[in-house]
Amino acid sequence: MSAAPTPTHVSPTQESAVTPTVPTTEAMPTEEQHGIKEHSDGRFGFVPVQTRSGRFKSVNVADFAPVTGREAVWKLSPVAKFTDLTAGDLDGSTYQVDSTPSADVTVAWVDRTDPRIGTAGAPEERAAANAWTSFEQALAITVGGEEAKEITVSRAHLGSAPRGAHTIIEAKPFSQAVVILENVGEARLTENVEIILGDSANLTVVTLQEWNDGAVHLANHFATIGRDARLKHIVVSLGGSIVRVNPSVRLAGSGSDTELLGLYFADAGQHLEQQVYVNHDAPNSRSRVTYKGALQGKGARTVWIGDVLIGRQAAGTDSYEQNRNLVLTEGTRADSIPNLEIETGDIKGAGHASATGRFDDEQLFYLQSRGITEEEARRLVVRGFLIEIVQQIGSPALEDRLQAAIEAELRGTEEK
Amino acid sequence: MSVLEIKDLHVSVETDQGTKQILRGVNLTINEGEIHAIMGPNGSGKSTLAYTIAGHPKYHVDSGSILLDGEEVTTMTVDQRARAGLFLAMQYPVEIPGVTVTNFLRTAKTAIDGEAPAIRTWIKDVRESMSRLRMDKSFAERNVNEGFSGGEKKRNEILQLELLKPRFAVLDETDSGLDVDALKIVSEGVNRAKENTGLGLLLITHYTRILRYITPDFVHVFVDGRIAEQGGPELADRLEDEGYDRFLTESNVG
Repeated sequence: MSAAPTPTHVSPTQESAVTPTVPTTEAMPTEEQHGIKEHSDGRFGFVPVQTRSGRFKSVNVADFAPVTGREAVWKLSPVAKFTDLTAGDLDGSTYQVDSTPSADVTVAWVDRTDPRIGTAGAPEERAAANAWTSFEQALAITVGGEEAKEITVSRAHLGSAPRGAHTIIEAKPFSQAVVILENVGEARLTENVEIILGDSANLTVVTLQEWNDGAVHLANHFATIGRDARLKHIVVSLGGSIVRVNPSVRLAGSGSDTELLGLYFADAGQHLEQQVYVNHDAPNSRSRVTYKGALQGKGARTVWIGDVLIGRQAAGTDSYEQNRNLVLTEGTRADSIPNLEIETGDIKGAGHASATGRFDDEQLFYLQSRGITEEEARRLVVRGFLIEIVQQIGSPALEDRLQAAIEAELRGTEEK
Repeated sequence: MSVLEIKDLHVSVETDQGTKQILRGVNLTINEGEIHAIMGPNGSGKSTLAYTIAGHPKYHVDSGSILLDGEEVTTMTVDQRARAGLFLAMQYPVEIPGVTVTNFLRTAKTAIDGEAPAIRTWIKDVRESMSRLRMDKSFAERNVNEGFSGGEKKRNEILQLELLKPRFAVLDETDSGLDVDALKIVSEGVNRAKENTGLGLLLITHYTRILRYITPDFVHVFVDGRIAEQGGPELADRLEDEGYDRFLTESNVG
């Protein structure tokens, strides 16, 4: 019974009929098959042995070795320009915060012993740990009430001395709100933001970086999302010298959902970075990551790293991440590195995409040959490209303001 | 009556091997409502003429002039030329990321007319033109030329020709890469535009195929950067039979 059927009486002319049943070479992995050939992300063959969730974490700065710039989390950042934030002493005192009053939302300074601190995540690098070690009190934004509402929390007076900060945004179960974090003025800031969503909460967090030209801002956002809760998280980085906002989201409850959006516009000499991490840690969770950036001017630099981990317990996951960059001039650099790690086969879908395209002279000629001026042509292309993100913010006033800010970016660099 | 005059036009282009002269004294007058076909072998300078009229920065006018109703065009910027009434349907239309066809058409129309088109009639005009060019409605929301097939790109060019209503249009090898059905649709669009606006046309082509559907008033044979022979539509038939060998031999001798 178990003997393999052996063909008998095979004459040479019949050989072609006895085709093997093993897959032919067409079905075998080829060099071009995704995941076999190395990506061109500059890792030079280095493959980390740990999964994304296995990275070292600590809230204590002393647990991290001094930053060299060769670490995975720092290798694309200009680390020499902010050693004060990774290695120096930080001012961890409270600062001036302005917020629009809103029913069912409280904004208050809380002690380090607040039970919410540390529940959404912990630092994976030295600047974040430095902030954690240094902050004296945390700013807590607590959202209750089931009605929709919007609150803007502004920081405009951080000053240029190195500073560490901690923020908690908690959305109670069944609550909903749009929380806008507005950042303007001077800053040398490293901070952690914990975002905690109770079951069935629906929270939008917009972090808006419109710092002055010299500002340095390193932020880690840690979010944990409860059962059937939904977080929309939007990073908008326009102003500042070095702005690095790394959102890390754990889909902790079954049926949890997150939409991570980003919009950045790098001018000459600006470094705008975002390292996004989505951890599918519960069944039937969903994530969408869409980051779009424009680069214009000599030395404009952007970095996007998108890590998605679909854990063993995350059956039914539906995940997609993408990054698009629009290069408007010569002399810019956009890094775009999507990583996908899947530990269960029982998922609905998982995909990633990355594309970086140029707005070039031929496109300009084409638009101009239809009567459109050069200035208008650039505006048309950039606005069209970024509007997809702007339109999803869900705050009409902020959407209008961002449109204007993008146009100002375009004008600003034209004058230089 | 509008007239486009090209006078003793000399044009060169910078290449890795240095400056290369391409147009060597082109003379051509196109009146409103006339269709001129420019035919010639590869490398004879046909496309250079098209892009020079439109003002592509790669091409440098060494001498001569292009006059639109007596006004010098060569000193105008690309967008000024378009607003003055010139249009170039490109052989290889480029993709514009992030800009939908709808948004692009409205912006171009507004730029050319100097004011935004009346919204209701404009939407109707766009829809009707697209339908006549057998373009699916979904094109309106797609980014300009992004993911379009060769034929779809050419139809999109003719759509613009119909909607922007230029006084003179240069069609640069609009027939290349089109199957016969697409060629008919595109040709009908060109004929329609001419009927509606009475524009003058400069039709640049390597083959006589498109001239079966768009009848030229004049045919010019382009060889080595200048017009070597001109005639009526019958010249196109002769070229179809004989090819360009006759002209190439002459130019080689010279």
